[in-house]
Amino acid sequence: MRVGLFVTCLVDMMRPRIGFSALKLLESAGCEVTVPAAQTCCGQPGYNSGDRAGALGLAEKLLTEFENCDFVVVPSGSCAGMIRTHYADLAKGDDALAGRMARLSAKTYELTDFLANIAKLEAVPGNFRGSIAYHDSCAGLRELGVKAQPRALLAKMPGVRLTEMAGAEECCGFGGAFSVKFGEISAAIAERKCEGIRAANVDAVVLGDLGCMLNIEGKLRRMGDEKTRVMHVAEVLAGDPGGKA
Amino acid sequence: MHFKARAGQKLADVVLQENLRKAKSKFVDMRARAIAELDDFEATREAAKVLRDRTLDDLDLWLERFELEATRRGATVLWAKDGAEVCQRVVDIARRHGVKKVTKSKSMLSEEAGLNQALEDAGIQPVETDLGEYILQINDNEPPSHIIAPVFHKRKEEVSALFARVHKLAAKTDIEAMTREAREVLRPHFLSADMGISGGNFLVAETGSVALVTNEGNGRMVTTLPRVHVVVTGIEKVIPTLEDLATLMRLLPRSATGQSISNYFSLLTGVKHAEDQDGPAHMYFVLVDSGRADLVGGEFAEMLRCIRCGACMNHCPVYQAVGGHAYGWVYPGPMGSILTPLFAGIENAVDLPQAATLCNQCGVVCPVKIPLPDLLRRLREKQVEQRLRPTAERLALTAWAWLARHPALYALATRIGVRYLKWLAGGEDRIRVLGLAPEWTLGRDFPAPEGKTFRELYAQKH
Repeated sequence: MRVGLFVTCLVDMMRPRIGFSALKLLESAGCEVTVPAAQTCCGQPGYNSGDRAGALGLAEKLLTEFENCDFVVVPSGSCAGMIRTHYADLAKGDDALAGRMARLSAKTYELTDFLANIAKLEAVPGNFRGSIAYHDSCAGLRELGVKAQPRALLAKMPGVRLTEMAGAEECCGFGGAFSVKFGEISAAIAERKCEGIRAANVDAVVLGDLGCMLNIEGKLRRMGDEKTRVMHVAEVLAGDPGGKA
Repeated sequence: MHFKARAGQKLADVVLQENLRKAKSKFVDMRARAIAELDDFEATREAAKVLRDRTLDDLDLWLERFELEATRRGATVLWAKDGAEVCQRVVDIARRHGVKKVTKSKSMLSEEAGLNQALEDAGIQPVETDLGEYILQINDNEPPSHIIAPVFHKRKEEVSALFARVHKLAAKTDIEAMTREAREVLRPHFLSADMGISGGNFLVAETGSVALVTNEGNGRMVTTLPRVHVVVTGIEKVIPTLEDLATLMRLLPRSATGQSISNYFSLLTGVKHAEDQDGPAHMYFVLVDSGRADLVGGEFAEMLRCIRCGACMNHCPVYQAVGGHAYGWVYPGPMGSILTPLFAGIENAVDLPQAATLCNQCGVVCPVKIPLPDLLRRLREKQVEQRLRPTAERLALTAWAWLARHPALYALATRIGVRYLKWLAGGEDRIRVLGLAPEWTLGRDFPAPEGKTFRELYAQKH
């Protein structure tokens, strides 16, 4: 099975090791992974800011790069959600394009959803030891139904103690451009999220989206919490990904 | 003052913040428990969505049917195209019947229209009788901050001080005593009012009835004691049958207040007949357009399904953080961020559709399945089309879309960008003040990037 890995723009720029972790996990699951070299952005920033034309341009670019793969896997609920649930809307009015988009959407998966339900990854390579609370990112949870998948994968790791924190399904306040247009409100929402994380008293809060990750880590540190690690689920599952920055 | 400035004040309001925190989980938890009572909540939601859409598709026909049936039962149906006409119609009715005092139960349309002011200007005394609305009225006509719980933002201590000042009685400390005091003050008004004004949760076309969902009993007093009853509600509230009403009533109280059924549920049909013990001698419906008819069949038509339960705001992280007053008009939260620009003009509420994380906590709880984030996004598109966004934002979006379609340049720009950010962090794992996005670092740090892009590292290895 030929899997196209779309690392997302935020992983590309901020946390390359998450991209390598995703790659390692897919290869562990026996996938033949291809990483299209010219990939950039799925178009979500434009789409959510009302720039349909800009978003459509990027959606068509991604479509061209990935439509030959059997599956497209994305280490982000919101970018996978963009492709799966919104590309069809962007292609509205162009039947040929809409058909291609629909086929792409149907084979696009958030990473843990793909590993748990499609690739059926059995042996998780990571060796994390400690307690974890999982933050359910909004788009992953409410657009794609990602809830049990990351927990099932983490449960395969003998060193992991998984606990549930209060408000796990509540928004962290990131919201893309919202975080810089309404910084104060965004940070106030993040503060509530971080209070829940700190009350859970875990070694790491683990999640599946870069936006939430930057927001939560930034807020925890500003609140003076230097201890709670903020990790992408791919990093935890993969362990040392190789490919250091 | 815009949403953002008001929101800033609300975030700095320590008392409000404490109240919001306490109130938040109450609504959320109660709704979660209440919907669990339904065998198939999702199927009920779907049925409600379908019946609302079906009715709205033929809205004119159902309104005509309603008018016919209500008129047959002795009521008078009047139409108002906007708030000014609402005030005109109601004041005319009051004058016709020599009304000096009006008791009111909750009506958001009365807020939309500014009806209390119009009544006062016409020399008619309006008395709000919903406890929350009454508190706001005696507090110098403060606007409500929530459509179901208008004093959501207040603490009992504030109400206690207000009552002592206005009622000139000793300050009470517990809520029960304060409620009793309000009842005692309101009772003479109930008995002396010449006219009652209510809202309407639903209008049932087949019987010409109005359905009222209330919890305090004041609605019953307002609609049955005075000789004139006026219902002021929106044209989109009409539904075909009592069967449809039953479907929607399974959802409304559960979604709104977490109750299986509200304390009072009234189905009011026609005027008092000779054999009736009570009821108004005259019944009027003022059915209001105020921008609703324009939405029928359009790209925002789904918003007309709204049954005003307030679940969207109760579950909204932004509403939970800033409260209802920040939204600046009658309807707060996600539904307000859509209705305000649609009713008051897109250019008059530019912040509201932007002030959402699109987390969809609202969409998944909406009992009539309104895709609120999609509608917010559509309003953002309208703002771009109508050139209502700041130049810097437009340029940034255009630049990003262009750059991301040119992978070689994109690779170069991102390599430089992440190195710059890494340099800004100065060896730390975070950036404390980010000039590029100052709003981010107002309230949190910006984690530093690793320093190289995935694409360059991957290219080195493969």
